[in-house]
Amino acid sequence: MKLILAFLCTLLTVPAFAQTALPPAPWADRQIPDPAQERKAKALMETIRCLTCQSQSIADSGASMAGDMRSQIRERIMAGEQPEAIRSWLIARYGDWVSYEPTAAPILWPLWAAPILLLGLGLLLLRGRIKRRARS
Amino acid sequence: MIAEAGLAALWFAAALALLQLVLAFAGLKGGKPELLGAVRPAAVAQGMLTAIAFVALITLFMRSDMSVLLVATNSHSMKPWLYKFAGTWGNHEGSMLLWVTVMGVAGAAVALFERALKRDAHMATLGGQAAISLGFYAFLLFSSNPFARIAEPPADGQGLNPLLQDPGLAFHPPTLYLGYVGLSVAFSFAIGALLTRQVDAAFARAMRPWVLAAWVLLTLGITAGSYWAYYELGWGGWWFWDPVENASLMPWLAATALLHSVTVLATRDALRAWTVMLAVVAFSMSMVGTFLVRSGILTSVHAFAVDPERGSFILALLAIYIGGALALFGWRIGSVREGAPFELVSRETMLVVNNLLLTVILGLVLIGTLYPLMTEAFGHKVSVGAPYFDRIAGPIALALMVVMVAGPVTRWRRDQGQAVGKRLLVPLGIAVVVSAALAIAAWGRIGILPFLGLVIALAVGVGSLAPLWKRKLLRTPLFTYGMVVAHLGCAVSLAGMACDSAFTVEKLVAARPGDVIQTAGWSIRFRQIAPIAGDNWTALQADMDASRGGSSVLIRPQSRFFASPPTTTSEAALLTRWDGQLYVVLGEEVEGGRWQLRIWWKPFVTLIWLGGIMIALGGALALIGRERRGWLLKWRARSAEA
Repeated sequence: MKLILAFLCTLLTVPAFAQTALPPAPWADRQIPDPAQERKAKALMETIRCLTCQSQSIADSGASMAGDMRSQIRERIMAGEQPEAIRSWLIARYGDWVSYEPTAAPILWPLWAAPILLLGLGLLLLRGRIKRRARS
Repeated sequence: MIAEAGLAALWFAAALALLQLVLAFAGLKGGKPELLGAVRPAAVAQGMLTAIAFVALITLFMRSDMSVLLVATNSHSMKPWLYKFAGTWGNHEGSMLLWVTVMGVAGAAVALFERALKRDAHMATLGGQAAISLGFYAFLLFSSNPFARIAEPPADGQGLNPLLQDPGLAFHPPTLYLGYVGLSVAFSFAIGALLTRQVDAAFARAMRPWVLAAWVLLTLGITAGSYWAYYELGWGGWWFWDPVENASLMPWLAATALLHSVTVLATRDALRAWTVMLAVVAFSMSMVGTFLVRSGILTSVHAFAVDPERGSFILALLAIYIGGALALFGWRIGSVREGAPFELVSRETMLVVNNLLLTVILGLVLIGTLYPLMTEAFGHKVSVGAPYFDRIAGPIALALMVVMVAGPVTRWRRDQGQAVGKRLLVPLGIAVVVSAALAIAAWGRIGILPFLGLVIALAVGVGSLAPLWKRKLLRTPLFTYGMVVAHLGCAVSLAGMACDSAFTVEKLVAARPGDVIQTAGWSIRFRQIAPIAGDNWTALQADMDASRGGSSVLIRPQSRFFASPPTTTSEAALLTRWDGQLYVVLGEEVEGGRWQLRIWWKPFVTLIWLGGIMIALGGALALIGRERRGWLLKWRARSAEA
């Protein structure tokens, strides 16, 4: 099914390529010479959602818009910006949806509390069980 | 004619399912036990009819009968035969027909081959299977008829999504569906056991082979799907925590937990209610997954509205079956006697912890997958993706791996903590040595999860062999080997995942023919680029010589263009070596006659899928081992009588 999403993505991008005579963004598919910076940029790109494909990160997407965003991220990293600052800038521009990394917004608190709650609940059940059994 | 015959077979199968349900109910509850004799034949006939309907649809696709709507919208006469064949289930209606076929055939198999269950539990199980099938027949016949005709057939079909035109389509969906729907048998077993109040070790022993078989197929299906996405999509990833992937992972997690709890129930008669619950949950997860995928709700809550009829239909089925099963569970579970007690340090506790961790991961994957839908309902669009799942489920999965080593070396009933610790000294030592070596070699260059992953994979890999230590290897039962192979497979797979995320080298380059690209010890000479043509596509193909010191190998990445429907796909060139894979993707042409290339060297990445295959193989060995022992015992008993 992932394949189908990717397919839709290519369908959506083909006309875009046909219409724009603009050259692709300079750093879309070009790595930053400094490997440490490239690693940072790559790590960020993997957590930013492609706006055209919806189910891929911009690191993986072939859409032209994703290329533009990659280029933006690389340029900003080279200019010395911190990845989290770039993420905030992208979120301010495109909304929370663009970041695969859930933010600390209150609407997402239950999401972060879920593992602790589930594990706690499970352990509690388990503890009750074994104790009761040990006594009997 | 064939389409009408297929549709008729489907209607008859649905009628038989209704008959099967009524007969089982009347026989068990209505005081007419003589009716029960007809339940098994009804199940077998129903299975055969679904198979006939399915073969009819395959025939229509093979013949490219464009007067059938489904063929016209999803096939094309120029397609290679394999994709005409596999294209049968590469669409909504066809895949739902595959679903009911698997369900019908699984029901027939339960009718024919199940011998361990008592008669009334067996009949109740078949009744349950008929009840689930009925809902899906209704779905197929009323809202997704695969055999619908069109008045004016087009000259040719619209073709199949080119990304699906791959041998993977012939293998991945059927295997996955066999596993998904195979879990319906476990669900029906649970219903049958609740109705007849027979939740005990005998029930667990009867259910175990069905769970094992479904789990093996599910494992294979997921492994195949992961590899298919990896080589076909051309971004070098193998798992993305995509909602559709999660939809297949959730039943697998539940089935894995069930597999272990059913063993506790079969061996020690403990965890009765929990095992029944898991059997219900496992197939419920299959249905939830189908709902998520088939309703279109995944991409957006609003996509649901595109086809509200189908979405609502599946949602109603979900509510009826899951709600009904849970209500039955709540009503009857009070009468299920609590199982045998167990001590803190025992194999039972280890397996309970395994179940706890698997269930927590399952819960988190479910919450993470559904969360964006819930917030969108409140007008706030968010994404929950790999960063969340990796960070949250990763550590729990690693803890699970540690329990996986400890469990098999702990005795049933009661053991000494110190003794267990002693048996784990070797893996513990390996963990210490590996962490030290890794810390020295790669500190700061790899993330904490891949680091822990590598350490735990190596320690667990060795530790999983512990159940064979000091045993007579030829006299060790086959199912013990099954467990060892499956657990070793988990370690192998984990090692592959950790290596891939820790050591992959990526190179993006724009090169022209004649250039030589150096990366990760490889030297790749871009020789030329030329057009070629296939059955239903044309492509630009690059010829490159890849070498690593020794002789060079020709690799040929392509950029393919399909005319119907018009799509470009990239066919990555993969070069597999014992220590990893070289992955080359040919991109667009950029200025100055240069071509954009993406090159990865992925050390030991193939271990991910090798591990998956080992896990499935382990399950198959356990299945054969258990069943063979049953046959041997029966055969001995029979020859003793004679």
